[in-house]
Amino acid sequence: MTSSRHSDSLQADVLVIGGGPAGAWAAWQAARDGASVVLADKGYVGTSGATAPSGTGVWYVPPEPVARENALASREALGGHLADRDWGRRVLDQTYENLQRVADWGYPFPVDDQGVQRRTSLQGPEYMKLMRRVVRQVGVTVLDHSPALELLTDGDGAVVGARGIHRQGEVRDWTVRAKAVVIATGGCAFLSKALGCNVLTGDGYLLAAETGAELSGMEFSNAYGLGPAHSSVTKSAFYRWATFRYADGSLIEGAGSKHGRSVIARHLQAGTAVHALLDLANDQERRDARSAQPNFFLSFDRIGIDPFTQQFPVTLRLEGTVRGTGGLRLVDERCATTVPGLFAAGDAATRELVCGAFTGGGSHNAAWATSSGTWAGAGAAAHAKADGADAHGRAARSEARAALQGGRALDSLGLIEAVQREVLPYDRNLFRDPVTLRDSLVRLDGYWEHLQHATAGTPADRLRAREAAAMVATARWMYRSALARDESRGMHKRVDRPASDPAQRHHVLSGGLDAVWTRAHRTAAHAQPLLAEAA
Amino acid sequence: MIELVSEDRCTGCDLCVQVCPTHVFDAVPGGIPVIARKSDCQTCFMCEAWCPVDALYVAPFADEETAVDEAALVDGGLIGSYRRTIGWAPGTRGTAIDLSYRLLRG
Repeated sequence: MTSSRHSDSLQADVLVIGGGPAGAWAAWQAARDGASVVLADKGYVGTSGATAPSGTGVWYVPPEPVARENALASREALGGHLADRDWGRRVLDQTYENLQRVADWGYPFPVDDQGVQRRTSLQGPEYMKLMRRVVRQVGVTVLDHSPALELLTDGDGAVVGARGIHRQGEVRDWTVRAKAVVIATGGCAFLSKALGCNVLTGDGYLLAAETGAELSGMEFSNAYGLGPAHSSVTKSAFYRWATFRYADGSLIEGAGSKHGRSVIARHLQAGTAVHALLDLANDQERRDARSAQPNFFLSFDRIGIDPFTQQFPVTLRLEGTVRGTGGLRLVDERCATTVPGLFAAGDAATRELVCGAFTGGGSHNAAWATSSGTWAGAGAAAHAKADGADAHGRAARSEARAALQGGRALDSLGLIEAVQREVLPYDRNLFRDPVTLRDSLVRLDGYWEHLQHATAGTPADRLRAREAAAMVATARWMYRSALARDESRGMHKRVDRPASDPAQRHHVLSGGLDAVWTRAHRTAAHAQPLLAEAA
Repeated sequence: MIELVSEDRCTGCDLCVQVCPTHVFDAVPGGIPVIARKSDCQTCFMCEAWCPVDALYVAPFADEETAVDEAALVDGGLIGSYRRTIGWAPGTRGTAIDLSYRLLRG
């Protein structure tokens, strides 16, 4: 790789955009396969993304046939029978292999009473600090605080790099010419302040869609994280021990974390405070919980509440496609998108292949991030190798279609708040109906139109403006897909169509910018009989 | 959100400026970092975890600013409490044992 200090112009075989776990694994694998690699994150590789501040379970199942089959079967009905078992098997295999690597790199997995390392959980700060170290050790060039603002393509439509800015200090432009690009920018949580999610604004969807990439499953985009009302900590695993109560301590009928979140949402929607009390945990669980999720307790310790004995108000924060399953459509096992030279991994890619229509929660997403990152990195490195030595010499043009070049100054913050008014409310996004979806789409389409005639002010405003544009675009793909899926399935709840329709066991693809399109897509996996039918 | 950069403790290493994923701090030549864009803080506690001298305090309130009293935070053991819990403070390395496997299925 060569670089020029003055022009901030780099050349590499592979550019990875986004430095959470998926991007880090993609960069590591591509470098191991002999590629020169640049890894650019808009924050800091090691703290950026939903994983670093969280810690997460991992869908890690030893290669025992019965355990593996059970792991696959357990999610199929929940996921609305959209998942693909072949992808699930690949993820289990790759995750098992990758966590062995993580152990070899020195990650301090706990050891149980039998002396066996337990690898079903990763503490985010430790894991992502480790990933930063290992990608640098294999020679990856890491660009922190360097958001990508547009992709570059050649005359044939293949992706050949990106441009962006270094946002710290005096804002400067950067250009990376690459033979393949991996989008690993995470999902979109619409700046809801769910834990670690405010860097996740759908940037990669927009970059990719501007080159013609397709999305899949964007109707599965209404995940909400449960947490204390005052706090960002949307870690909901321990609410399995919760009872939900009114302010006076009386029980709320039907409210629950796993089953019964709708009841919580309905109460919050009506302006009724919902309190949680983790009184179902036994003494051992209360002791173990602290070491399992240290940050879960920060929010309580710092206001002097004991969540096991004192009830506290809760809320549901939008986690959008971060814990939804929609994202960029993948067309092969290398995690290629529909655009030549463009790959996608982690939450930026559709997770329907492993989770179908329902969030797999942290553990499936963590397994998907490491697996899909590995495949996308390998795929991008192989693509670069096949591309030949002269690729960097080809002419490149910008694909930024969210124009942001008009005459009017863009009020990015105002626009972001306007988008949030369409996607945060439970009665628009969690509980969906066609009238409300269309009502939102009229305004969202207007915001997109507005963007075409607006311009970002200072260089520093360009990032915020792109984030606003990405959120507008993401909301439009979400709600058009939610209209196209004329049924309820998995997390997608249509109040006018409460049941699943067997005829809609397919993916809803979407894309487009000025004109958003959707189309049904049925794969071979959807033709297989349902487990219940086969049994 | 972030409420405190302790003048007493901060050594001006500017690591928080680097590691904050939402670019909340600005470095100050010859001085300690300032909280320049507080409204961008996502209350992820990462700056606190990475600060080598426990000079930062992130209040648990995600959506509102609160006043903090450094002396009271020190007395209450809250300054640096996250770094200690995850085993990143001096003398705590290796003490953070993740017992998730006892509580949660993978």
